Amino acid sequence: MTMSDITNILLVGVGGQGTLLASEILSEVFMRAGYDVKKSEIHGMSQRGGSVVSHVRYGRQVFSPVVPEGEGDILFGFELMETYRSLPLLRPGAKVVANNYRIPSPSILLGQESYPEGLEGKIRGMFPDFMLVDGLKIATEAGNPRVANTVLLGALSQRIDIDESFWIEAIEKLVPRKALDINLQAFRKGRVL
Amino acid sequence: MKEILSGNEAIARGAFEAGVKVASAYPGTPSTEILENVSTYSSINSSWAPNEKVALEVAIGASFGGARAMACMKHVGVNVAADPLFTVSYTGVGGGLVLVVADDPEMHSSQNEQDSRNYAKFVKVPMLEPADSQECKEFTRLAFEISEQFDTPVMVRSCTRISHGKSIVELADPVTGLPAPALVKNPRKLVMLPGNARERHPLVEQRIVDLSAYGDTNPVNRAEYLSEDIGIICSGVTWQYVREAIPQASTLKLGMVYPLPKKLVREFASRVRKLFVVEELDPFIEEQVRAMGIEVVGKELIPLCGELSPGRVRTAFAGTSFVPAVSATPLSVEKLPSRPPNMCPGCPHRGIFYLLNRLKAYVTGDIGCYTLGFMHPLNAMDTCVCMGASISNASGIVRSLQPEEQRRVVAVIGDSTFLHTGVNSLMEMAYNKAPATVIILDNRITAMTGRQENPASGYTLSGEEAPMVNIPELVRALGIRHVVEVDPYDLPASRKVLEEEMARPEPSVIITNRPCCLIKGDCRFEKGTVLEIDQDACTGCRACLSIGCPAIEWKPDASGKKGKAWIDPLLCTGCTVCQQLCKFNAIK
Ligand SMILES: Cc1ncc(C[n+]2csc(CCOP(=O)(O)OP(=O)(O)O)c2C)c(N)n1
Repeated sequence: MTMSDITNILLVGVGGQGTLLASEILSEVFMRAGYDVKKSEIHGMSQRGGSVVSHVRYGRQVFSPVVPEGEGDILFGFELMETYRSLPLLRPGAKVVANNYRIPSPSILLGQESYPEGLEGKIRGMFPDFMLVDGLKIATEAGNPRVANTVLLGALSQRIDIDESFWIEAIEKLVPRKALDINLQAFRKGRVL
Repeated sequence: MKEILSGNEAIARGAFEAGVKVASAYPGTPSTEILENVSTYSSINSSWAPNEKVALEVAIGASFGGARAMACMKHVGVNVAADPLFTVSYTGVGGGLVLVVADDPEMHSSQNEQDSRNYAKFVKVPMLEPADSQECKEFTRLAFEISEQFDTPVMVRSCTRISHGKSIVELADPVTGLPAPALVKNPRKLVMLPGNARERHPLVEQRIVDLSAYGDTNPVNRAEYLSEDIGIICSGVTWQYVREAIPQASTLKLGMVYPLPKKLVREFASRVRKLFVVEELDPFIEEQVRAMGIEVVGKELIPLCGELSPGRVRTAFAGTSFVPAVSATPLSVEKLPSRPPNMCPGCPHRGIFYLLNRLKAYVTGDIGCYTLGFMHPLNAMDTCVCMGASISNASGIVRSLQPEEQRRVVAVIGDSTFLHTGVNSLMEMAYNKAPATVIILDNRITAMTGRQENPASGYTLSGEEAPMVNIPELVRALGIRHVVEVDPYDLPASRKVLEEEMARPEPSVIITNRPCCLIKGDCRFEKGTVLEIDQDACTGCRACLSIGCPAIEWKPDASGKKGKAWIDPLLCTGCTVCQQLCKFNAIK
């Protein structure tokens, strides 16, 4: 039996990049839209600059908080190499929305390995429904490089059929008051990319 | 009202709704956020304890005084708290007493993956295991009721996927009408002298029999009959995986994993043709079911190591008549540079590990952010067993070594870990004159688990100012005569002290004095001037790379053979450690 009435989203990036807040907002959106939601992630050790994966699932009734291997419907990547690394978690035909941003790993910093080239093409070759977003650039244009994740969230929201009002409500609930306006602006920029 | 809560938030909410008055804990992933969330309810007196034994004893005391009380810890914390736990099983409780333990199958942030369910059986207390956040809240409430009804401490077991998973929770109002705490003398029940304890033990055995019968009828355990061909006994998050992986199976979902509801298990077994137990880690349920004389399949199929998932359950059953064999080959990608965790830019631990590496020290390590001193390129940790072990391991290892090797032995331990269980170890080392060197890496916080305050940090859980343990004075009071404080950002001075103290054929303690660079919101950490590498002066010698700072990046030139180092201004905190390594004054 397939669990086709469940949508599986994976958020991947590097510890400290803010994937936690993004997965938090996503879960809030789905709950507000009336779905059952579960999410799962790892805190602690891996947050110190290591690879991180968050799972968010929504649908009529969700059992497991983790996405079954090879059944991801949407990959939301905050860093390019981590996006590529996580492709095996997806089902064929899945959607990929990723930040065009590179963070060198320790071995790359030391010059022992280099950052892999041509990842964009490789990802597109395997998953044609691929949207690469210059999150940092757009956020900087909007006035604050720190809202890159919200730009990405806006871009992702285009790929998910849920009314915009729920997205706005969730951002209003979870983003600190003083940063709200700039985040809403960033979200709208991402949503029309 | 509905809210989306993590398991840890929901356990805290459950404690609030249950009318808990006192909560104590020592941090440990994945349990830490339970107490952090409990502290947001003003009706609960919540505080950090220096270790798990103390946390449990504080909760036991509160319970003896008639208050509902809770202690929280990670799985290995129960090892530390085991002594009071075994005996409070005999005394029973006053107000309800609950110990929440969060296991970490797969060892996402732990040194072992012990299965806490064994403790429930060993200690002879009931254990509840929630399967989502709603149950985290409900079971925490229920645990207090069971505790008072059966006069027993109750364990609630979570795991990483439950504690750090989120799902929707229906909130309720707190209970009312609980009796007010008061001193009630009952020494025959609470003073565990042999004569009294002998009276208590049979009651403990009877309690387990009674609880098993309770579990036969209480909805905390739930049988769901679907296919008659296959029945699966499971609990907690594993039940979720089973429902997803083998949706046609009948399931017996145990909300109380100890003691087993024997009648219910027998009935379930008799109504399915083939019986399985699917459980993470140990064959805990399986062995008990088999001991009842029931035929069951478990660990023949299900892995003993690591966590389960819907995929792993499906793979385990693939090729049986219940799940078709797997045909699709999973997608693969090219091998990529791995991305292990690393100390932060500006971390005060980094320079010390660089020096330990250069001084060819044999480093007995401990648990905290500084365990990352093990990683390349620092490569400066040789052992790490459990909290507090660094000092006692050093004390033991020097005993049979020749003086030239004794000198190389250095123990490293963080402030929180020192206060947790390092103090006793240092007392032993001083007392028995073991000639090793100890470095207390005092970054003024419990960093690894997300920056919790501790008795030497100057603040409490709620952010109030608190008396600060004076670590140098404490160390002296233990009998250590050579105590030196160093600035770990000052490499030459730190090196000199390290060389002197390592050479000394006596116990000595070095204490570092720079705070964690992630402490926000007060004056403990101050950022320095961001450094820059003068690209003309840089010779590409790579000396600055040898500390493995995430802010320093090697930029190869066009040939790929040579290159220069570059500092990311967004990451640099201006700690100056790299600057002190540059022989060409290229870092400004
Ligand atoms: C018995 C036990 N309790 C809790 C933990 C979780 N834990 C690992 S490291 C650590 C604290 C480390 O703090 P500190 O010693 O100050 O070092 P830092 O991370 O600040 O460098 C904790 C609580 C554990 N591993 N074992």
